Amino acid sequence: MSGLVVDLVGVGKEYPGDPPTRVLDDVHLEIGVGELVAIVGPSGSGKSTLLNIIGTLDRPTEGSVSIAGHDTSLLSDDELSGLRSRAIGFVFQQFFLLSGMTAVDNVADGLLYTGVPLEDRRAAAVHALEQVGLDHRLGHDPSKLSGGERQRVAIARALVGHPSIVLADEPTGNLDSRSSQAIIDLLHELHDEGASILVITHDRDIAAGLPRQVEVLDGRVEADTVARGASR
Amino acid sequence: MTLAVHLDPPAVADLARSALHPGDLLRVASVGLRTRRLRAALSALGIAIGIAIGIAAMVAVLGISESSRNDLLSSLDRLGTNLLTVRGGEGLGLSGDGALPTSAKPMLSRIGPVDGVSSVTLVDADVRRTDLIPSTRTGGLTVQATDAALLATLRGELADGEWLDDARSELPVTVLGAVTAERLGITDVGNGVAVWVGDRWFSVVGVLEPLELAPDLDRTALIGEGIAQAAFDTTENPGTIYLRADPDQIDAVRSVLPATAAPEAPDTVEVARPTDAIEAKAAASDAFTALFLGLGAVALLVGGVGIANVMVISVLERRSEIGLRRALGATRRHVSIQFLAEALLLSALGGVSGVALGAGVTAAYDLARGWAVVVPVAGVVGGVVAALLIGAVAGLYPATRAARLSPTDALRTV
Ligand SMILES: Nc1ncnc2c1ncn2[C@@H]1O[C@H](COP(=O)(O)OP(=O)(O)OP(=O)(O)O)[C@@H](O)[C@H]1O
Ligand SMILES: [Mg+2]
Repeated sequence: MSGLVVDLVGVGKEYPGDPPTRVLDDVHLEIGVGELVAIVGPSGSGKSTLLNIIGTLDRPTEGSVSIAGHDTSLLSDDELSGLRSRAIGFVFQQFFLLSGMTAVDNVADGLLYTGVPLEDRRAAAVHALEQVGLDHRLGHDPSKLSGGERQRVAIARALVGHPSIVLADEPTGNLDSRSSQAIIDLLHELHDEGASILVITHDRDIAAGLPRQVEVLDGRVEADTVARGASR
Repeated sequence: MTLAVHLDPPAVADLARSALHPGDLLRVASVGLRTRRLRAALSALGIAIGIAIGIAAMVAVLGISESSRNDLLSSLDRLGTNLLTVRGGEGLGLSGDGALPTSAKPMLSRIGPVDGVSSVTLVDADVRRTDLIPSTRTGGLTVQATDAALLATLRGELADGEWLDDARSELPVTVLGAVTAERLGITDVGNGVAVWVGDRWFSVVGVLEPLELAPDLDRTALIGEGIAQAAFDTTENPGTIYLRADPDQIDAVRSVLPATAAPEAPDTVEVARPTDAIEAKAAASDAFTALFLGLGAVALLVGGVGIANVMVISVLERRSEIGLRRALGATRRHVSIQFLAEALLLSALGGVSGVALGAGVTAAYDLARGWAVVVPVAGVVGGVVAALLIGAVAGLYPATRAARLSPTDALRTV
């Protein structure tokens, strides 16, 4: 399989106001299948905004966004939801797990809106939890898990539907350094297995350990170390 | 800036829409209710109780008045609405309670649409348990002379014993009204029980059930006209005449009764229809039903406002869950029906427990009153439907609010 999972051309984002807030400006970004990319940059530089636009949770004010081969400007809100349900997996700094549900059911909800039957969703969830090394915590409520374990459950949820790309916004932001390292190791493992992953991080060391770094400054891509083997 | 040129662009796969199975919707909605165990469960319970009380009041009132109304209507059926009473008024110049002319009974019988004519006449004697009890202590009981047709005309029932037939008209025997029998401590006619009437013993041959169409006769001891005239000089002028008229011509019969009963003084004759009072009672119970239905509706409305309140708070609290679900692929519609389903679950819970409570209260009340237990199907179905409608209306605004939330705003909430 060849091609791009993310293709941004001249993307800009402006929030209305007086004067309007320009958050992203003329961003070009291509991410190929199987890449592991770090997005770095100072606070307020527009990293999360960029990630939300890639994740189709937000629309750009200008430029074009193609995700997994779909030009998002041509898609309705409902079609974008369909795209998110299958092609995009999210990991958040705050985990956003639902308590009152077991780890397995939280992970299974990664497939909730795809139309896959419950039994198949659960089976896939068990498999995903094995992948992140949590097969001994299947029936736990998220509130009874450590921070690092919670984030691994969230990663399993992002992975369970084999999305074209996983988007992680500071996945280690709420974790101590040891748990952070475990999460980064896990991302490397998943990358080795072929997943395409985009990670926002504040941590220079973590970013330096990833194959490709994109630096965002004041809404622009300031630097991009194109990964080995990617054609440009 | 470089523009990417794809020689080999990825094939655009058919884009599948998001989907949410009905079973999953139910699961998601119930998880939403179960998740905030302590606070949400308590507030949900409070709302459920609010709605339960509203519906309980509605069903209970519907059920109770339905039962009592049925009771009234069935007694009307049994007693017939075609009984008329004719009573002589004051100033006719005739003696005592025998206020109608002696010709009244035969004249009334001759009216075509009239069948079954009977009368009672006050006897100047009192009734006592024994001759040792002083005559001042008769407790408002009277003795009335009557004929064999009275029981059938009033459609009365005997609690025990037999009625005064023609053969007994001349004999010292009596049939006691229900109140009289109770006052005298007589429940059955076994062992030749007798009472002291005037100046002699009368055997009690029968005891009546309460007479619904002539309650004043419950406080009498009835004796035959023959012995009344022979022993107590009772007048032959009847006091009150009871008659049955053809139901279709009852108004026509009614209008000719005074002139027929007392041609010389028709103005002094009072004609009444005892079932009018029973019908008025049934109409009054309809009015009560309307009043209590109104109260039930208000209670339901308050419950609905409570549901809306809980759901609005729930949407505010769960912004990040809403953002997460949008990120997982939920459409705006999926978010709104999730919250709508939660509101419906809450209200259905309230509706079902309210109907159960209402049915229980109704059954208990009916049983306590000795009525047939009637829980109106319309009340049960209507109660659940009303609760669901209220839940849907109450859930609509919070659900719409949840759906309108932009996913990025929702996810920015901590
Ligand atoms: N809805 C909005 N309206 C106006 N301005 C906004 C809105 N959302 C974000 N911004 C602004 O856009 C800028 C970029 O925000 P963004 O969250 O993308 O930054 P970031 O790079 O992720 O920062 P951090 O590292 O602190 O998370 C910020 O200055 C923020 O104030
Ligand atoms: Mg950010």
